[in-house]
Amino acid sequence: MSILVFAEHDNSTLKAETLKTVAAAQAMGSDITILVAGHNCQAVAEEAAKVNGVAKVLVADNAAYEHQLAENISLLVTELASDFEHIVATALSTGKNFMPRVAALLDVTQISDIIGVESSDTFVRPIYAGNAIATVQSLDSKKVVTVRSTGFDAVATDGNAEIVALDAVTDAGTSSHVSDEITESERPDLGAAGVVISGGRGMQNGDNFKLLEGIADKLGAAIGASRAAVDAGFVPNDMQVGQTGKIVAPDLYIAVGISGAIQHLAGMKDSKVIVAINKDPEAPIFQVADYGIVADLFDALPELEAKL
Amino acid sequence: MKVLVPIKRVIDYNVKARVKPDNSDVDLANVKMAINPFCEIAVEEAVRLKEAGTATEVVVVSIGDKSCQEQLRTALALGADRAIQIEADTNLDSLNIAKLLQKIVEEEAPQLVILGKQAIDSDNNQTGQMLAALTGMAQGTFASEVKVEGDKVHVTREVDAGLQTVALNLPAIVTTDLRLNEPRYASLPNIMKAKRKPLAVKPAADFGLDLTARTKLLKVTPPAERSAGITVETVDELVEKLKNEAKVIS
Repeated sequence: MSILVFAEHDNSTLKAETLKTVAAAQAMGSDITILVAGHNCQAVAEEAAKVNGVAKVLVADNAAYEHQLAENISLLVTELASDFEHIVATALSTGKNFMPRVAALLDVTQISDIIGVESSDTFVRPIYAGNAIATVQSLDSKKVVTVRSTGFDAVATDGNAEIVALDAVTDAGTSSHVSDEITESERPDLGAAGVVISGGRGMQNGDNFKLLEGIADKLGAAIGASRAAVDAGFVPNDMQVGQTGKIVAPDLYIAVGISGAIQHLAGMKDSKVIVAINKDPEAPIFQVADYGIVADLFDALPELEAKL
Repeated sequence: MKVLVPIKRVIDYNVKARVKPDNSDVDLANVKMAINPFCEIAVEEAVRLKEAGTATEVVVVSIGDKSCQEQLRTALALGADRAIQIEADTNLDSLNIAKLLQKIVEEEAPQLVILGKQAIDSDNNQTGQMLAALTGMAQGTFASEVKVEGDKVHVTREVDAGLQTVALNLPAIVTTDLRLNEPRYASLPNIMKAKRKPLAVKPAADFGLDLTARTKLLKVTPPAERSAGITVETVDELVEKLKNEAKVIS
């Protein structure tokens, strides 16, 4: 049962979610190979080689893979696929983009966004925005799977896998990269942070998100937002936590001025401890919170920052 | 240029899905159904391209039993020109859906295919990418902006780190994210007009494809309920609980 795991990275560092995806792969079988596809991404390959349970790291280092365009990456992975029974990627924007292409090129279906592994061909995944949990068996010979990383615990990184460079280059020539607009932040990634503090419509405007920053600094937290706050234009969409944004499961999640719409809960209800700060005692967020405080956030936030 | 928009009939997004007591699936009996919200955004984008003079015709297609004609009529009322229903089982795997759509792409030869990024029932997020692979087209998924420029389309994509803009050769596939546009409401005259717009029905069997299921749904269960915790009165109490009871801060 050999498994190919696609590494999520930005050409300089391996995303922490990949460690959880490797844990999911270990539940499917053994003999795990990681593929690092990018440009000038040797540092990522070296990080990947340290991931526990990995036998080999394949590195496809070429300008054609720099921006991980789906057209090119899917051809590369499809070419490698003959050696593997499982092709696994993290359900982040790169994996979600190219993996269904791989599945179609291999004439198999894909099992998306799994949160559990029952056996090498049977997987658990949320459907209907997490309102139901499906157990699905793949009937295809090859399994193409994307992993919701919050469902798995990261593997350790004290391994020492062999790194093998790939020469073959696949450039479909149908698409090109134009530009990136990357949100720069000193804070940890939402997906990887141990603590997340999110603001909702109750924050009233984008400036008030500064009230979250002091607390985030003290806790080493990432800052998120509800869809309502994003739709109201307070903050950019890449901060969105929810069904249509990022799915997080930190040790501590602090929801501030968030009512708790079902689509927000879908993105954070697997957090270990949830704190809700809201002035409306009837807000649905209190039904999932471990600790709720009914208070005006403009009073509670400065006090919380001072007392941490 | 012609734009093809595949759409899906799903549970209305305001309705909470409930699992059947025998855990075989979600119970959709007597549940309000609607056009998938991401598909509605796709229809709106295509209609806007036509209104801007970029597109000449907007064709919508749906795969399912007769009931999906309701959603096709909704799309016609929103401004699509004609509709195609592929008559088939409602629970086809994404790959089989993509194969049927590939046949429609071959027949209709659209320059642009716009789909929703995912359906809110199965949450698969696969069909657009699969159709792109089968047709050999480039793809711009999770689009928040679509601009046709000459023989290319520029798509701004919502990615984890922010936004990425790619240029795709036409014909191309675009899948929509929430911020691409805000769909209009169909006006009563347009709803009436939609009833007279052409709607062709094609049995899936006519395409000669092997549509054998690729997955087996073993069971569907409700999610683990998270029980409500306690209400604390003061920030002091909250900090104390987080330190000493939950032990998540130090």
